[in-house]
Amino acid sequence: MGLVDKGRMPAPLTKLFNISRSYSMWVYQWGLACCAIEMGAAFASPRYDVMRLGVIPLPASPRQADFVCVSGTVTDKMAPAVKRLWEQMPEPKYAISMGSCANCGGPYWDSYSVTKGVDQIIPVDVYVPGCPPRPEALLEGIVLLQQRIKNEDMQAKWKGDEFTTLQAKRQAERGELHAGDPTGQSTHDISTDPQPIPERDRPEPIVVGGGPIE
Amino acid sequence: MTELSERQQLSYIASQAADARLNVELETEGMTLNIGPQHPATHGTLRIIARLDGEQVVWAEPSAGYMHRGYEKLTEVRTFPQVTTLINRIDWLGSFANEVPFILAAEKLMEIEAPPRAQVIRTILFELSRIANVSLFLGDLGVQMGATTPAFLAFRDREYVLNLIESATGGRFHPNFDRIGGLKDDLPKGWINETTAVVKRLIGFCDENEDLLFGNEIFQSRMRGIGVIPAHVAEEYGLSGANLRASGVDYDLRRDNPVGLAWDKADWKVWTHPDGDSWARCWIRLQETRESCKIVLQLLEQIPAGPIMTKVPRIIKVPEGEAYVSTENPLGEMGYYVVSKGDLGPFRVKIRSASFNNISITPWVLKGVYVPDIITILASLYFILGDIDR
Ligand code: SF4
Repeated sequence: MGLVDKGRMPAPLTKLFNISRSYSMWVYQWGLACCAIEMGAAFASPRYDVMRLGVIPLPASPRQADFVCVSGTVTDKMAPAVKRLWEQMPEPKYAISMGSCANCGGPYWDSYSVTKGVDQIIPVDVYVPGCPPRPEALLEGIVLLQQRIKNEDMQAKWKGDEFTTLQAKRQAERGELHAGDPTGQSTHDISTDPQPIPERDRPEPIVVGGGPIE
Repeated sequence: MTELSERQQLSYIASQAADARLNVELETEGMTLNIGPQHPATHGTLRIIARLDGEQVVWAEPSAGYMHRGYEKLTEVRTFPQVTTLINRIDWLGSFANEVPFILAAEKLMEIEAPPRAQVIRTILFELSRIANVSLFLGDLGVQMGATTPAFLAFRDREYVLNLIESATGGRFHPNFDRIGGLKDDLPKGWINETTAVVKRLIGFCDENEDLLFGNEIFQSRMRGIGVIPAHVAEEYGLSGANLRASGVDYDLRRDNPVGLAWDKADWKVWTHPDGDSWARCWIRLQETRESCKIVLQLLEQIPAGPIMTKVPRIIKVPEGEAYVSTENPLGEMGYYVVSKGDLGPFRVKIRSASFNNISITPWVLKGVYVPDIITILASLYFILGDIDR
């Protein structure tokens, strides 16, 4: 896999990698409040059974995880711990924010001790609205995340330009893709330290159900 | 001091020894172990700071507040009907049970009473949420000891109860169904038959759990004689619920202080256990699930006809006054002290939640135990983070 080491990924290889990645996702369950129980129902109960989607819900540490499911209220006291957990996860990593509390504060929108949205601390890929969302909604969020991973350009992601080919295609369709953007531009080699990901390069988050995130 | 059983004496000696070890001039070095705030065994975000000497805990303290969401302050800016939406989420496993004491306190201030039908349905839903709560506890117990099967069984059977709650109230989790003066809706058609079938199934789940988990040798050896809390200590720390009854104190608010719900219409028993160890606490909860099933089955047959809502004004203004109502929630005694100044919303609400007191005993009970026992003791104390930090 010398190609991978050099950060060059031919299209067929990318496709193969993406399919494998999207069907063997280890999820770190960051269950914080009530939503954690619905997450438990989705991940551990025989009725919803997330493993049939190729998601393995029981890693022992965030260092083994591919994506984190933040479910529940993030309080100001908890926020540093959430951030630290996110930093411990290896790239490529994704985040699902489950429940109104993690999305935007939810019923505690005017509370003095609640962080209004985990997206203030970590970048979120999929929002699952609801209080609590049904386990089915979480499963849909995971499926949407898998679709995103399947369409991802790994080369670009590894270089720090987080841009999915799907999004590039969409933007091209809309005529928004301007020259000099985005893939293949960076001269940055993945063997050196990863550069901090610029905020604007992150793909747009998905919202399950398509509505507002609360 | 009351009489101590042999187990209680042994654990007392162990904790004394732990105290003594601090002063012995041995060349050992202590270590501080931080459990949490994110740890699978803490059901959320409790943090336990434990100072160890070898494998033994010499000092432990819970650090709460990671889930503090400011309920008491938020209730001051909500109206009375809006408050139930919030307080639902304190003990998120038994949500309906959280609403009831607050609504009862508000009703007490307004000097109204729910019609008999509403009271019986309230009691049924209350007990169903207890079943949903405790069945998850029973499943989770296995997970703490490395057995995942009980969790799957619990989630399987709990779904049936949640279905019932959902078909009656519209919410799987946070029903927000209780209203001042009654209930939001009547029961749907066919609900009673369905409930009977499900509750019978849940009794089967209890039997299964007793065989699989409580009959397991590993489970017994890790639970028996561990984390003993004598009755007088339990009373001093203000434990309530199954934790208190497991220490041999016969105290159940459902029987001792019936607050306008229909528990006295059913025939059931308050279980106590003399040992006060982890095993006793778990065993009591298992028996209580059975009793809840019994209560539901009996009450289903005697739901009276009639309205489910008394006459209340459209805009609810609660007259000036103070009221405290507490009920026996799945986790223990939960009470609301409501102060009203005659406004749309409460002036002040003080929430007495069971888990906060239950967890306050950890420094006492963790002294002298071994590290793996921390997990089982915490699991058997059974707390819910939202209930501790509010
Ligand atoms: S979104 Fe609702 S259910 Fe989820 S953690 Fe917040 S209050 Fe609880």
